[in-house]
Amino acid sequence: MAESPPREPEPPTERTERRWLLAMCLLLAVMMAVVVATSLAHALHPPSNVETIDPLSLHLAGEFVENNLGAALEPDGSVTVRLLAQQYSFVPNCLILPADTSIKFRITSPDVIHGFLLVGTNVNTMVVPGFVAEVRTRFAAVGDYTMPCHEYCGLAHHDMWARVAVVPKDQFSQLGSTQRRRCAIH
Amino acid sequence: MPSISRLALAHFWVAFGLFLPAVVLGAWQMLMRSPLPAPLDDPNLYYVSMTLHGTVMAYVLTTFFIMGFGYTLAAASLGRPLRGSRAAWVGFAICLIGTLIAAATVLSGRATVLYTFYPPLLASAWYYAGVFLVVAGSLIWVVLMVINMLAWKRDHPGAPVPLAMFAVTATAYLWAWSASGVAAEMLGVIGPAALGGSTRMDAGLARTLFSVTLHSIVYFWLMPAYIAYYTLLPPAAGGRLYSDRMARLTFIMFLVFSLPVGMHHLFADPEHGDGFKFLQAFFTFFVVLPTLMTVFSVCASLESGGRAHGGRGLFGWIRTLPWEEPMVLATGLSLLMLGLGGLGGIVNMSYAMNSMIHNTSWVTAHFHLIFGGAVVIMYFAIAYELWPHLTGKPLRSKRSARWQLWSWFWGMLITTVPWHIAGLLGQPRRAAAFDYRMPAVARWATLVDISVIGGAILLVSALLLVFILLRSLFGARTNESALPFAVALRPSSRIAPALNSFALWNSIVLALMIAAYGYPIAQFLFVLPPHSAPPAELTRSAARAQFP
Repeated sequence: MAESPPREPEPPTERTERRWLLAMCLLLAVMMAVVVATSLAHALHPPSNVETIDPLSLHLAGEFVENNLGAALEPDGSVTVRLLAQQYSFVPNCLILPADTSIKFRITSPDVIHGFLLVGTNVNTMVVPGFVAEVRTRFAAVGDYTMPCHEYCGLAHHDMWARVAVVPKDQFSQLGSTQRRRCAIH
Repeated sequence: MPSISRLALAHFWVAFGLFLPAVVLGAWQMLMRSPLPAPLDDPNLYYVSMTLHGTVMAYVLTTFFIMGFGYTLAAASLGRPLRGSRAAWVGFAICLIGTLIAAATVLSGRATVLYTFYPPLLASAWYYAGVFLVVAGSLIWVVLMVINMLAWKRDHPGAPVPLAMFAVTATAYLWAWSASGVAAEMLGVIGPAALGGSTRMDAGLARTLFSVTLHSIVYFWLMPAYIAYYTLLPPAAGGRLYSDRMARLTFIMFLVFSLPVGMHHLFADPEHGDGFKFLQAFFTFFVVLPTLMTVFSVCASLESGGRAHGGRGLFGWIRTLPWEEPMVLATGLSLLMLGLGGLGGIVNMSYAMNSMIHNTSWVTAHFHLIFGGAVVIMYFAIAYELWPHLTGKPLRSKRSARWQLWSWFWGMLITTVPWHIAGLLGQPRRAAAFDYRMPAVARWATLVDISVIGGAILLVSALLLVFILLRSLFGARTNESALPFAVALRPSSRIAPALNSFALWNSIVLALMIAAYGYPIAQFLFVLPPHSAPPAELTRSAARAQFP
């Protein structure tokens, strides 16, 4: 169209701002790459197993019945820990676990939302009723770890603390399966 | 007093009038969870207080402040009376009634579920009804902002909508999208159980729907600060807006990018798979862009102001800025807190690093620094800037306003820096009390004590704010000053239609939301086997049964 005005040249202010935008996009791309690379390299995965369970019947049958809770030694030498988070305690409330061993936590809730955190480690998950949260870890050092519920679950939420005692691998293997569920050795 | 001033002042007084008692609650909560003795030492009261603190700060202070600010900006930037001011008063009344119902229910001890609800915990239906009214009333504001922008455009074909109005309308659309999550949670999951029509609550679905709101609502709260950076700060600093076009692009980016990212609050949740968590983590990185653009633009605007005041050299303009202006000082302090808080936020949004700090005091520290610090200090500055415009009386005084801003800044730093460290040491958030005899807990004691001092400073600062605003009502009436808006370095009379309307951007939001949330929400309805839990009532009688 003949009447249309000539295209305005881009003002210098907007050129500068566009360059800044480009530089920031690059910065974000680098950060994104670091996040992707580190989570792949260190296999850091938040609990994402999307595994449902009926919160009303889990205590009647299946892996979360009372005598199946706690640490179980698997044939391959790894350990699976099954836990319940409920108002206002963890079951079991104290665990003995081996150091330097691959450990898988499976945890769920029969009532409301709870949180599961092992202070000083990367073990950290929400516990949502209706779902089993699975997290894996390996304790490098022996010692006592605290395990507070970190999500508001009701009026005694702050009283919901548990404890994990990490012992040397050979000491753990000498314990009977019932002893592993108590922390009497400390 | 013109009717728009009465309308805006009513909103601001509700916002700040309830803000002050909510700060008192916050300061008491810090004392309560510290090793120091606290009055009314009772964990039940702590959770009541925390519910009220969160509800007022997140829903009441913000909603009322933003509505009042929006009405003021619409009338002042469009230069004509607000359309639909009667509907605006109706919205105000609905929000106020909702606030009173919600607050009364919390105080009665029958709604101790915190402001994020946590189903299957179940409070009295009155609490949800109150919050729902606040949200519903604010949607009247959303509609009014859109109507006012469209009406102005109809009367000025082809002309660029004034930047302030464009940004307020972006805020309105953002809030409408954001509120859809919490509204769906209340109507779909909580409401049926609270009214007795359902005996199961799907906690995973509720968390997912709330996550739609959870991140974007923070950007709804942030928007007034950003609008002030772009439109009110440059004139206060004696400078110009760097680029009008880029400013519009920034507000559009906030609208588009702050919505399909809420699932980064669910990284540690078991009800979603890696794929969608990762997709939303990816989108989350884009949210940083408009903030980085804004940092550039604010600094450029300030530089133009500093140079206009005779500043020379690479950094000489910083010294010559009019720091005695509350708006300029607040912006400087706000950017410092935004920078610190932003660095912490990068840890939160990093898919794997989040595991270190999820639900620890680190997170509490992060959002207090960003929202309570960087944003709320701009609410103060905006109030100081608008007060003479709305009341027709000068602010008394700028000096006490500066004291108030500085004390808020230091109070916030002294509160949140120790929280960050305690979070790294594993202190869980939202706990009423700690057993400081435990070795792991004893390590936090000093940090918690220091944050109590910060809380006390914040309380003094909040008192000073309300005192300054009240005292300014009793001055001599001067001529009502017009609100000065920023002028761009190169104002243009024409603008690309895409930067002057929202149809395109709302369609993009819709597409992104379907991509990011379509399956994650649908899986609860169509894919997963039954997994809902019965509601756990948290009424006063339930509490008595548990703790006889």
